[in-house]
Amino acid sequence: MSDRPVEPETSGDPTAARVEPVAADALADDVSAASFGGYVRLWWQGIRAGELGSLPIIVGLLVIVVVFGLLDDTFLTERNFTNLLLQMSAIATIAIGVVFVLLIGEIDLSVAFVSAVGGVVMTLLLRPEDPGWPWWAAILAALICTTAIGFVQALVITKAGVPSFVVTLAGLLIWSGVVLILTTQASSVGTIRIQDETAVGIANDFLSPTAGWVVAALVVVGFALSEVQNARTRRASGLYAKPIVVTALQTAGLAAVTFAAVWYVNKDRGVPKVTVILLALLVVWSFIASRTRFGRHVYAVGGSAEASRRAGIAVDRVRIAVFMISGFMAGVGGIMLASRLRSVATNTGGGNLLLLVIASAVIGGTSLFGGVGRVVSALLGALVIASIQNGMDLLGLASGTKFVITGLVLLAAVLVDAYAKRRRAARGVV
Amino acid sequence: MATADTPLLELRGVSKAFGAVQALYRVDFEVRRGEVMALVGDNGAGKSTLVKSVVGIYPFDEGEVRYDGVPVNVHGPRDAAKLGIEVVYQDLALADNLDVVANMFLGRERARVGFVLDESSMERSARETLDSLSVTTLKSVRQTVAGLSGGQRQAVAVAKSVMWDSRLVILDEPTAALGVAQTRQVLDLVKRLAERDLGVVIVTHNLHDVFEVADRITVLRLGQRVALLDREKTTQQEVVHAITAGTLDHVPGMLEEERTQA
Repeated sequence: MSDRPVEPETSGDPTAARVEPVAADALADDVSAASFGGYVRLWWQGIRAGELGSLPIIVGLLVIVVVFGLLDDTFLTERNFTNLLLQMSAIATIAIGVVFVLLIGEIDLSVAFVSAVGGVVMTLLLRPEDPGWPWWAAILAALICTTAIGFVQALVITKAGVPSFVVTLAGLLIWSGVVLILTTQASSVGTIRIQDETAVGIANDFLSPTAGWVVAALVVVGFALSEVQNARTRRASGLYAKPIVVTALQTAGLAAVTFAAVWYVNKDRGVPKVTVILLALLVVWSFIASRTRFGRHVYAVGGSAEASRRAGIAVDRVRIAVFMISGFMAGVGGIMLASRLRSVATNTGGGNLLLLVIASAVIGGTSLFGGVGRVVSALLGALVIASIQNGMDLLGLASGTKFVITGLVLLAAVLVDAYAKRRRAARGVV
Repeated sequence: MATADTPLLELRGVSKAFGAVQALYRVDFEVRRGEVMALVGDNGAGKSTLVKSVVGIYPFDEGEVRYDGVPVNVHGPRDAAKLGIEVVYQDLALADNLDVVANMFLGRERARVGFVLDESSMERSARETLDSLSVTTLKSVRQTVAGLSGGQRQAVAVAKSVMWDSRLVILDEPTAALGVAQTRQVLDLVKRLAERDLGVVIVTHNLHDVFEVADRITVLRLGQRVALLDREKTTQQEVVHAITAGTLDHVPGMLEEERTQA
């Protein structure tokens, strides 16, 4: 705090001269960050103060790539990379909802089985003649169901004041039971195939190589335009804006990663459709979280529910909306999972899905303590989790070993979070 | 109606009881524009009850509240905010994870097309308000509140309270948790609020602060006003005496008797 120049105290200043704000004066403090070097220095100070952002995860991803790349020849192939994209999409999608729940300082343990409810409802409605709904109606109905589940759980949490941990734990049991009832009633073997080409195509179709390049270009151009536009309005209002060099470097970095990825998957089957859906969801939810009034209130409720209440924010309404988002995204993820397996079964939503989803959100850098995190962390976390799962599968590790390793990775991520929080606290409390 | 001499806020004979406990008994209280009024008293004297009743958290049982010379009924913090009354509570009510701008606009964010945050405009206004209060210790309005010192947090909370065309700012123990230099900064800030012609009430235990910034001093003891002193014409001893042994008009517990007599 003290290693940067602070304006001298005003005790000796002629106070009258300072009463009228002068725009140029007002900006003096921020100018140090307007140069490239200043930006980097500020960023580094933030890291040291516990605002780690996505740094740990990028380091983690690099480690994973190097380790599994050395241990297994197939890990880095284009075929496996495409598989990885397919495997991670549903996890990342459900994790987006979990990020919102973690942001308000709550937890949703029901997401895995709620996602299964979504998949099962869609699959049942798609059975020919029975009732043989069109794909879009079946999907819509499934999403309405899972969103309603989120709403009901949130009502119990907010109105009855029961901790979300307990309510969603009960939800976990209830919805796993519902999945079991629905699937066993519909089929004696407990497996129901999806009998609709569009629904199966969600997670099994690929874009043509050209379409893949177009998507990549849209992503890069969209990012650059939004950054430039943002900087322009800030400069127009006489505010500090990120140096143009930084924007250019970030855009170049994003372009390199995106185009390399598209080039690589195009050598195999192409960009999976489900990846495009995931990207669209990420953009929409990131925008809502970071640029809208509702998103601001989500962070505020997570940071201090009391401060939010005093500021006139309808805290309970924000909570309910967040659990509905969680239910909705679980539904989307459940549809992706069902589509990928082309069926649902009695064990849909079971296994370690819940663990992987929550681990993704946390590993991505979303704090369990509320108020800190970004939507994109769902993607990064899911990438880590799916890579580890994928790599361990390739190595043929036993189930037990895989659980232990996944658990250790989660533990490491939570420790980083706790450490970062301590750093932030140490700086905050004087 | 409102003339230059009309107090901004005037309480006449207000009382508040919680069950058998008479927290306030027929208290008179006033603040003028451009004045710093200190509200002092021992623990349990009724300072917090008075503040919370003014903003409508606990309604007064009896008595009259005049704001700008007009009788008003305040039913909650929202009403109070509409009148231009803002309270800066001791625990500040800031969200640690949000930056200074987000905190200053919390719950009243500016948005385009109804829901998209207008960050530039909010950041500018936040800066202007902070600058107009000569808050110069903040390096950036985009740093999170978690990274601020106690004095800086207090400055943000005070700046937040004056952003909304408020006319009366009530500060609850603003220096309780601060070191010497930071107390100094906050007291300077309090003085500047009064210079802007706002009415300021400072609730405090700290007599040093009182003599530093207050124009007048209201002393509460056991729910009653035992003294209204002019800072220039009084001494610390006199204030301490009033706080600990001020003459009560009515001895608590004997109220019932008096009422039956009257």
